[in-house]
Amino acid sequence: MDWQGQKLAEQLMQILLLVFAVVGFLTGYITGSFQMMVLTYAGGVVLTTLVTVPNWPFFNRNPLKWLDPSEAEKHPKPQPQQPVSSKKKASKK
Amino acid sequence: MHSFGYRANALLTFAVTILALMCAMASISDNLNHPTPTSQVQVLNINWFQKQPNGNDEVSMTMNISADLQSLFTWNTKQVFVFLAAEYGTPKNSLNQISLWDGIIPTKEHAKFWIHTSNKYRFIDQGSNLRGKEFNLTLHWHVMPKTGKMFADKIVMSGYRLPQEYR
Repeated sequence: MDWQGQKLAEQLMQILLLVFAVVGFLTGYITGSFQMMVLTYAGGVVLTTLVTVPNWPFFNRNPLKWLDPSEAEKHPKPQPQQPVSSKKKASKK
Repeated sequence: MHSFGYRANALLTFAVTILALMCAMASISDNLNHPTPTSQVQVLNINWFQKQPNGNDEVSMTMNISADLQSLFTWNTKQVFVFLAAEYGTPKNSLNQISLWDGIIPTKEHAKFWIHTSNKYRFIDQGSNLRGKEFNLTLHWHVMPKTGKMFADKIVMSGYRLPQEYR
């Protein structure tokens, strides 16, 4: 999941849960049934889980652009000049 | 939000927090209900009235209890506990409360009832003060909600008097 996808997942989760909470509370209050409220909300939580927890493709629409490997090879990492001698010095110290 | 477990954990925590808030709201919504319960008790007969060997007065009586407690029920009510108490004052104790009958009302459909019964629990005074005693019959109830605050209230019915003589 890319950066944009993570932001989207978090916002989706919070908004969906709040909406289902409000809807559940109102249905429960209007129908006069506590069980109705709990069931509506439980359904909402399951749905929100299915939408926001798995790594769906639409969370990966903005992949990070890494440098091409061939580009990286043109600019090799600076290597230490005398790796052996430096190691010895380090071990002596 | 980068991994499956992190998202599942965040969702669960937030969902449970909101559930707690909903329960609190449900409890608060109980305050919008203004109940108007009614009740009546008739003392039909004093079955017997005697002094126990240890000196305490004891009465047995038959009553007809009727009550309409339907308005106590809201969507957040689990059950209502109701009991009928005899209340009177004596020189030693300014208030005596003796439970004579009780019951649990599970649903609104059972909340309008009448019952013809003798006292379920023994009506015994701590002493010998019951002859000619004027007493109140008080219907107490405790509303037990599914979540949140419990409510308790009562209806006082006065004007009952025990006979002057043992029988």
